[in-house]
Amino acid sequence: MVQEIGLDQLIREHPFFEGLDNATLELIAGCAANERFDAGQYVFREGQPADKFYMVRHGSVALEVRAPGRDSIVLQTCDDGDVMGWSWLVPPFRWKWDARATRLSRLVSFDAICLRGKLDADPALGYAMYKRFVRVIAERLAHARLQMLDLYGAGKD
Amino acid sequence: MNEMTALKDPMVPAPFRIERVRKELSDTFTIDLVSAERRRPLSFLPGQFNMLYVFGVGEIPISISGDPADPETVVHTTRAVGSVTNAMWKLGVGQTIGVRGPFGTSWPVEKAEGCDVVIVTGGIGLAPLRPAIYQIMANRAAYGNVCILYGARTPEDILFRKELEKWRGQFDLQVDVTVDYATGRWAGRVGVVTKLISRGGFDPHQTVALVCGPEIMMRFAVEALAERGVPNERIYVSLERNMKCGIGFCGHCQLGGDFVCKDGPVFGFDKIAHKFAIQEL
Repeated sequence: MVQEIGLDQLIREHPFFEGLDNATLELIAGCAANERFDAGQYVFREGQPADKFYMVRHGSVALEVRAPGRDSIVLQTCDDGDVMGWSWLVPPFRWKWDARATRLSRLVSFDAICLRGKLDADPALGYAMYKRFVRVIAERLAHARLQMLDLYGAGKD
Repeated sequence: MNEMTALKDPMVPAPFRIERVRKELSDTFTIDLVSAERRRPLSFLPGQFNMLYVFGVGEIPISISGDPADPETVVHTTRAVGSVTNAMWKLGVGQTIGVRGPFGTSWPVEKAEGCDVVIVTGGIGLAPLRPAIYQIMANRAAYGNVCILYGARTPEDILFRKELEKWRGQFDLQVDVTVDYATGRWAGRVGVVTKLISRGGFDPHQTVALVCGPEIMMRFAVEALAERGVPNERIYVSLERNMKCGIGFCGHCQLGGDFVCKDGPVFGFDKIAHKFAIQEL
């Protein structure tokens, strides 16, 4: 028998939401939904309204840039457990990149429109959520900088 | 230097015949050598290096990348990035190279028995770790979980790809590969190798970590291992400096009070952590 972990439990156990009180977790769970994307299917496209953010349950999603006349360029992949998407926090609330499932992926989506209003109305909740996203953003920035260094480039003998 | 296998005079290169040269990547090749004197085995420990001398061109240190269980064939993998390595790549089967070694310290493969092992490596850093992987695989039951976390520049730069695929296909190894740059044709991970550490299947409190790659990568890898809870005493790194004599005489590879050729290249991170923070070193 397959046992599905409920969204409520999944959110409670995820490190990203650690430390939030029960009321907040219930509020967030109320904005959450399961979504499934097949390999090659886009989760979102550049320029579209950023009205959600995601947590990858299983699978892999490539954040990529389209390039005319050539293959798209993958900036990074988001894998099991990763939180994905912060354009919903920053005006004009539009996605900067494409997000494409590279294999069958199951995500939890969070309705950002619902959350944005609540964060604006409750600064303490807003601060708690921003703190969590800043950590994700800082980590991604550090990783992006390391990627830019071209660490594995050739030296000299 | 191994007492039992040391060449007679550590400063005199012994002639070794090239048995095979194979292209690994666009700029990387593997060269198999056998003793030209009398197929004398050159036993080594994983992580050690030899000084290879292309006669008339120069001598450079290169880690041994072959199987310690086959000491008759001395295997080195390197990039053709300078005059010596470019000249080496141009040599053909049957030609002779001078070999001094093996030199330096080794990966603590036997000390890690009974523990999980996580191998964090990037680029050509996989080459000095391959002998350790061979030795661990030959004695697999002695270890807990074994994870190989490998980062490359692009999918085309993945070293020993077939072996990584083979190891990944085994049921007793976790092999995760990531690349820094890729197009949409690549279906694997894109991102820095340090990110793989947070999801590696090892118990940080019972793990020995072997780390080899560019020094910047190692700094961040050590940080990520510490975040997982792996103490410095069980993290080992392999350093690269300007090794010349191989026996701690000339001082070219001096790192503070250590000589990388003699006291390294493999160091317990707890012994050199403070040196990582000194920019001038």
